[in-house]
Amino acid sequence: MAIKDYLRQRFFPHMWCPGCGHGTVLNSLLRAVEELGIEKNDIVMTSGIGCSARISGYVDFHSLHSLHGRALAFATGVKLSQPKLKLLVPMGDGDALAIGGNHFIHAARRNIDITAIVMNNKIYGMTGGQYSPLSGVGKKATTAPYLTIDNDFDVVELAKAAGATFVARTTTFHATEATDFLKKAIMHKGFSVVEILSQCPTHYGRKNKEGDAPQMVANYDKITARLGSKKLEENPALIGRGIFVDRQAPEYCEEYDKIIEYAMKGRK
Amino acid sequence: MEKSIKFIQGNEACVEGALYAGVEFFAGYPITPSTEIAECLSQRLPERGGKFIQMEDEIASMCAIIGASLTGKKVMTATSGPGFSLKQEAIGYACMAEIPCVIANVQRGGPSTGNPTHVSQGDLNQARWGTHGDHNIIALTASNHQDIFSITVDAFNLAETYRTPVILLFDEAIGHLREKLVLPDEGELPIVGRLRTSVGKGVDYRPYLPREDGRLPMSDFGAEHRYNVTGLFHDMWGFPSNNPQVVSDLLRHLMDKIDNNVHSITRYKEHYMDGAEYVLISYGSSARSAIHMAKNRRMKGEKIGVLELQSLWPFPQHLIREKCSKAKAVIVVEMNSGQLMYHVKAAVDDPGKVFLSNRIDGKLITPADIKGLLRIIQGRGV
Ligand SMILES: Cc1ncc(C[n+]2csc(CCOP(=O)(O)OP(=O)(O)O)c2C)c(N)n1
Ligand code: SF4
Repeated sequence: MAIKDYLRQRFFPHMWCPGCGHGTVLNSLLRAVEELGIEKNDIVMTSGIGCSARISGYVDFHSLHSLHGRALAFATGVKLSQPKLKLLVPMGDGDALAIGGNHFIHAARRNIDITAIVMNNKIYGMTGGQYSPLSGVGKKATTAPYLTIDNDFDVVELAKAAGATFVARTTTFHATEATDFLKKAIMHKGFSVVEILSQCPTHYGRKNKEGDAPQMVANYDKITARLGSKKLEENPALIGRGIFVDRQAPEYCEEYDKIIEYAMKGRK
Repeated sequence: MEKSIKFIQGNEACVEGALYAGVEFFAGYPITPSTEIAECLSQRLPERGGKFIQMEDEIASMCAIIGASLTGKKVMTATSGPGFSLKQEAIGYACMAEIPCVIANVQRGGPSTGNPTHVSQGDLNQARWGTHGDHNIIALTASNHQDIFSITVDAFNLAETYRTPVILLFDEAIGHLREKLVLPDEGELPIVGRLRTSVGKGVDYRPYLPREDGRLPMSDFGAEHRYNVTGLFHDMWGFPSNNPQVVSDLLRHLMDKIDNNVHSITRYKEHYMDGAEYVLISYGSSARSAIHMAKNRRMKGEKIGVLELQSLWPFPQHLIREKCSKAKAVIVVEMNSGQLMYHVKAAVDDPGKVFLSNRIDGKLITPADIKGLLRIIQGRGV
């Protein structure tokens, strides 16, 4: 199937700014679904609120554009009640880790079979450029005119510690790598997290003098390096890209099915 | 066949009603005095292939049941004051996206943490207006376990019929009280199932296009029709829209689908209302005291009756007006500072004849409390 067959044409034009990284994430994601050959009817995309969250409207899957921060909680209800469905949950960094941080760690802890995609632009795009828990120290934002003093999360470390059984990181510069990680994440049984650094030229780039979209994207190649690469070994301060965790552990819905089996037996 | 009789708590009667109605999915977070509902369902649901999950908070619980409802399941959550507050944003989502779901709020003392084990009916207006924006809602209540059972079944039926969240407003006293419940046989009470679209594969399915009878057939996530569900203003396909006509049509529809059916949604009971000169209006556990008091006074020849409301929202304005038209005085009996009373005053011809008998000290209102007020109204002294 062609990529355009996964899009809802009547939803276009999309609302993203020219040069926004979120479109690249959409592209990588649809390629992953296409290459895996998953039926559109088997996919539910659940998103929250934000520029990133609008992605769910553009795809021809079952789509649930929910509340800011709550996409994983909605997804948990969908998945547990109908485990045969594949759950894709793209989220902005604020969506996933500020207001939705609690749901994020608990979904990871349960190891429920959902794929979380953190579209990390280090800023609140939709509301006009306020700092996020992933902005990090010393950044400019509309709510940090004197620069941020808040520490940021490391999404990978957080997901690992919370119990996610598949954790990967890449960027919009590395779109084919993103497709590859997303394919693995989607096929992984359990809670998978793919963090994709995604540029917001409009609110982050401009304020923090990181240039326009092409410059920001090119910069992702400079500030990151593949896990196990010589580049990373020589420059440990760079941000690692790759698959950090890929392990098997009991999956929540399957464990619950065992409870049902047991409870039903007890009843007979 | 012999009837199955149970001696159980009100919260368990609610569980029995939910199971009878066909609940398949429950998500919740423990909070007194509602916790027994979650505990019971954690045991009973998997016995019949249903699912129970204890979420990380009440927000997540509310979101999870909405997600589960979209796969075609009958869903429920249960909570109390603080948790009910947390659920409000997602309840509004369910109103906007028209997702059938049932939320039991076993009321406790508030605001804030208040007192978990004190009885109160202070969430009446929150049930109506807890979430932001113009919307409509259905809220039901009951004063004994048989009625808790059947009103819970009703809640699921109305949620499916009107594609709306339905709130069960119980209270601590009735939730924890133990009394008899006779389980109705299968088929004894009507059950409304999910109305699914008959639109075939490949044909344009419009999830938000009402049929002639006003109902909106659904399509399960995972079934043939892929559509968008959003809390944004949306058109009949579920796509976001800012078109003024689309927006006002949507909001009017959300209001009208319930306002136009107040008559079919309204549930109430009359006790000793024949020729009643004094009408007590009450609901939930305070109705028990009102009924007790009316019964005693009737035996002494006084014409006192009780109009017991079992549906609080949409507010049965016409019913109240009609039932109170001949009353010398109307006493609203409730355990809050008069939340229902103000609506009753607005409904009757002469607001001056409406009085409030209430308690807000965490104690159950007694027949003596109501009698005291009645004596004053009748000019018989304190
Ligand atoms: C409960 C609630 N609080 C606040 C908002 C306002 N809001 C909308 S999107 C957003 C943040 C968006 O940032 P992010 O999640 O990082 O996504 P981005 O727009 O950058 O893709 C906020 C604060 C909201 N919609 N709901
Ligand atoms: S504001 Fe930023 S995140 Fe939002 S669409 Fe524009 S570039 Fe993308």
